[in-house]
Order: sequence, then C-alpha cells, then structure tokens
Amino acid sequence: MPNDSTTHRNSAISDWVADWGAAVIDSITWLGDFGLFCGRIVWWLSRRWPKRETLLPSFYQVGVLSLPVVALTGTFIGMVLAEQSYWQFRQLGLQTRLGAVINMSLVRELGPVLAATMLAGRVGSSMAAELGTMRVTEQIDALSSMGANPIHYLVVPRVLACLLLIPALTVMADFMGVVGGYFYSVSLLGIDMHHYWYNSKQFVGNYDMFSGVVKSLFFGVAIATIGCYRGFHCTPGAEGVGRASTAAFVYSFIMILVLDLVIGILLNAIYIAVWPEGARLF
Amino acid sequence: MNDVQSAGSRTDEPLVELRQLDVSFGRDCVLRDISLSVSNGQTLAIIGESGCGKTVLLKTVIGLIRPSGGSVLFDNHDLSSMREDELSRERIRFGFVFQNAALFDSLTVGQNVSFPLRQHGRFSQEELKQKVLSRLAAVGLPDWVIMKKPAELSGGMRKRVGLARALVMDPELVLYDEPTTGLDPIMSDVINELMLRTSRENPVTSIIVTHDMRTATKVADRIVMMLPLARISFEDPQIIFDGTPSELTACGDTRVQQFVRGEAGERLMEMRQAENSYLETAE
Repeated sequence: MPNDSTTHRNSAISDWVADWGAAVIDSITWLGDFGLFCGRIVWWLSRRWPKRETLLPSFYQVGVLSLPVVALTGTFIGMVLAEQSYWQFRQLGLQTRLGAVINMSLVRELGPVLAATMLAGRVGSSMAAELGTMRVTEQIDALSSMGANPIHYLVVPRVLACLLLIPALTVMADFMGVVGGYFYSVSLLGIDMHHYWYNSKQFVGNYDMFSGVVKSLFFGVAIATIGCYRGFHCTPGAEGVGRASTAAFVYSFIMILVLDLVIGILLNAIYIAVWPEGARLF
Repeated sequence: MNDVQSAGSRTDEPLVELRQLDVSFGRDCVLRDISLSVSNGQTLAIIGESGCGKTVLLKTVIGLIRPSGGSVLFDNHDLSSMREDELSRERIRFGFVFQNAALFDSLTVGQNVSFPLRQHGRFSQEELKQKVLSRLAAVGLPDWVIMKKPAELSGGMRKRVGLARALVMDPELVLYDEPTTGLDPIMSDVINELMLRTSRENPVTSIIVTHDMRTATKVADRIVMMLPLARISFEDPQIIFDGTPSELTACGDTRVQQFVRGEAGERLMEMRQAENSYLETAE
C-alpha cells in the first residue's frame, strides 16, 4: 500500500507530464492552424487580386504613415552608431574607417531589422487590434455572411501592403541612417569626408544592399501574417484585443530575429558560392 | 415528447432542413441532435433562455459555424459539406441581421448598405446610391444618414441599417439574431413591424432568434423553444416546443409556461442553494 508522500509525488509527476503534454499539443495545434491560415492567404493571393478600394487604405497605412517614424529611427541609429564606434576606432587610429562600419551595419542588418521592428510595432499590432475588434464585434462574421471571404478582403491587402512596401521603407531607413551617420561623423566628430566615403565604397557593395532588401521581404510577410492571425483568433473582450495586439508584436519581433539569422546565413552561403574571391577579401 | 407539434406552413417545400445537428466547441456540446425544417415563406421564431444555443444554431444555418455532426440543407444543398468558396456563393441568398448590427465601423452607412452589391454586382455609383436610399427609406431612415459613420447613430438606427444591409440583395432567407435586444419598447415595436413588413412584401423565409416573447408572438407564424443541454437529461430532446403562437400559450409544459410568463421558477431555488453552499463553505 503506497503511503501519502509516494501518492503525492506520483500525482505531481503525472500533473507535470500532463502539463507538458498539453503544452506540446497546443503548440502543434497552433502551428497547424497558423500553417492553414498562411495556406489560405497564398490560395487567395493566387486566385484573385483584391479591389483597389481595399488595397489603397492598407498601402497608405503601411507605407505613407510609417515613413516618418522609419526615417527618424534610421537617422538616429546612424548617429548613435557613429558616436559609439568612433571612440573605439579612434584608439586604434582607424576613425576614417567609420563610414565602412556604419554603412555596412546599416545596410545589412540595422536598416532592415529596425524598419521591420518599427513596422511590427506600428502596423502589426494595429492590424491585430483592428481585426480583433472586428472579430469581437462580429464584423468578420458579417463579412462572411454577405458572401465575402475575410481572408481575401481583410488579410490579403494587408499582406500585400507589407510585402510590397517594406523594401521601400528599408531603403528609406538605410538612406536616412547613412545620412545621419555621415552628418554626425563629418560635421560633429570631424572625420575627413573623402576618407569616410572612400572607405564606405570599398566595403559596402550592391550585394549588401540586396541582402538587406531580400530580408525585409520576409520580415514584411511575417509581420502581416502574424498580426492578422492574432487578430482573427482574438479572444472576446477588451483584454482579448489587448492580448492579441501585444502577442502580435512579440511574435513578430521574435520571428524577425529568427528570420534575420537564418536568411543572413543563407545569403552569406550564396555569396561565398557565387563569388569565392570576394569572400576571401574578408 | 407529446408537446412537440408541427406548425402549419405556407408551402410544404422546406427551404432549410437541419438533420440530427450536433455542435460542440472542444468538449462543450451546445447543440445535440437537432432536427428542424423551415418551409418556404415561413417565419420561425426560436426562443429559449440565454446560453441555450439559439445564436449558435443560427450561425450554423448560414455556415459560420461548422457542425460536428449532422447536416444543414438549404434548398436541398448540403451547406455543411461545402467548400468555403461554394459557401460564399450560396450566402448571397441569405441575409443576416446581427444582434449588435455588426456594421463596419470604418465605412459610412451608405458603404455598409451597398457592401453586398459592390461585392457581387457591377453597378454605377448612381445605381448604388438609389438602391441604398430606397432600402434606407424602407426601414424608415432619412437620406442624410448615408454619409454618417455607424458610431454616430443610435442603437435603433444601427439595427435598422443592419436590416437594410441584410435585405439589399433581396435574400430568400433572412436570419435575425435577437433583433430587439437592447432597444426601448417603441423601437422594438418598430423593428417588429419592419420584420412583418419584410415578410409580407417580399417572398422571404425568416428565422428569428429571440427571447422577447412579444416579438415571437407578433412576428412569427411558428415558434420553437429550446433548452440548454445543462438543463436536460441525455435522452431528452433539446427542442421542447414546436408549434404556432396560439399553441404556445395553450402548451401544458411548465418549462414553456415559465419562459412565456417570465417566471424564475426553480432558478430561485438554485440561487438559494448556491448561496447556502457558499455560506457553509465560508463558515
């Protein structure tokens, strides 16, 4: 006959196993559901292009309204990079190489990642909140009841807006970062302009620019699909909408970082495979 | 059950037929073995206390909720086995009036009412405007509301815009989800009159989900009463009454009569028991 402490320990172990089992099942269900959601987006994208009246508001929201905040972020990141790197490089007497470091970091990593982060915060969470409110107030059901498909009407325009406009926002963040870094380095830190640009040109190539823009396409799709998915699966009430909005940003941000690493590795591998000589220079 | 009777209908041809319908959400079963057919031109009211699954039933009829068992036939087509795009095409024949109107708050009233027309037809701006204005006039709304946003309207006006939007495609079946809930008595009667007028002037079949007895007896020519599954045993049917409004008042089932008269009945006893058990636990 087992004593009380043995029974208690067995029960605790079985609870722990049950909790982990439930968590694993939930994760698999979530992944499957998200996969189906993405599949439906691709299906509708290939079937019928959304009407102009549904596309334009999404393009305006994602592109035009995000432009100032992305430009401002880019400018300040360029200046911050200049300030932080200058003192390290000065100790080695390499401050004229600052342009290469700032511009390379901006074009390859910081421009795309920060533009995507700003978009996730500004647009991704707003998509989740807007669609979540529509779900809670039965507006999505109303759409379906009138024979309109909610994925086609609500999700596809948002995904297209993020996919097509995030490269432009990334280029804007890169450009403003380059301008900010240049202004801070040349005007305030007194670095020679000729050497600043010469070193930038030596190290930053078209492939760096290309890899930043390619990454941004993946970021854009991730932000829109996660934002819309969280909105569509919003739980009832104000708390549900708030949670959907927060979760959209958190999941998007994690996905941006994961994609940044994975696509970065892939693009480097492609570069090395195509231009082995160029890779050896580094 | 002896009390279950079939009401008379205008035509024998059923437009909607539910066959042994089951709906569950995870482990929670909401509807169990529901079989119901609604004839062409009939106005059916589904009554029952909150949480008995009336709205779930209505959303299952239009395919917004997929049944976990059984089938939903609309005009002899099985909606429960249709693909999403086929279902979307079929839904043009439906009109759905939501409990809180469910108007798109980013669009104006005019854009809301013309939404189904823009989705499924090709009309000029002038044609759209004329159709919207005529529908708004039919529900007693003035021209100037066309440019208003739904948030700027009162609850009764929003309900009427929702009704205008549901009727703009001349549907064959109109589903009303608690059309008078949250409205003052006068506005409730206006909505009742509008539903009656819709049934009289158009060849439509209507299903009204309500717990407003005045609406049910005034507008419907057949009433069905449901109970929540938690209140019945496994072998009892969920539909406890099916008949005309006059048969409802004559029904001998105490559960039906309690609902019709609005009496708390054993709910009061349940409340006292819950209170007593809480006090005993607290002591």
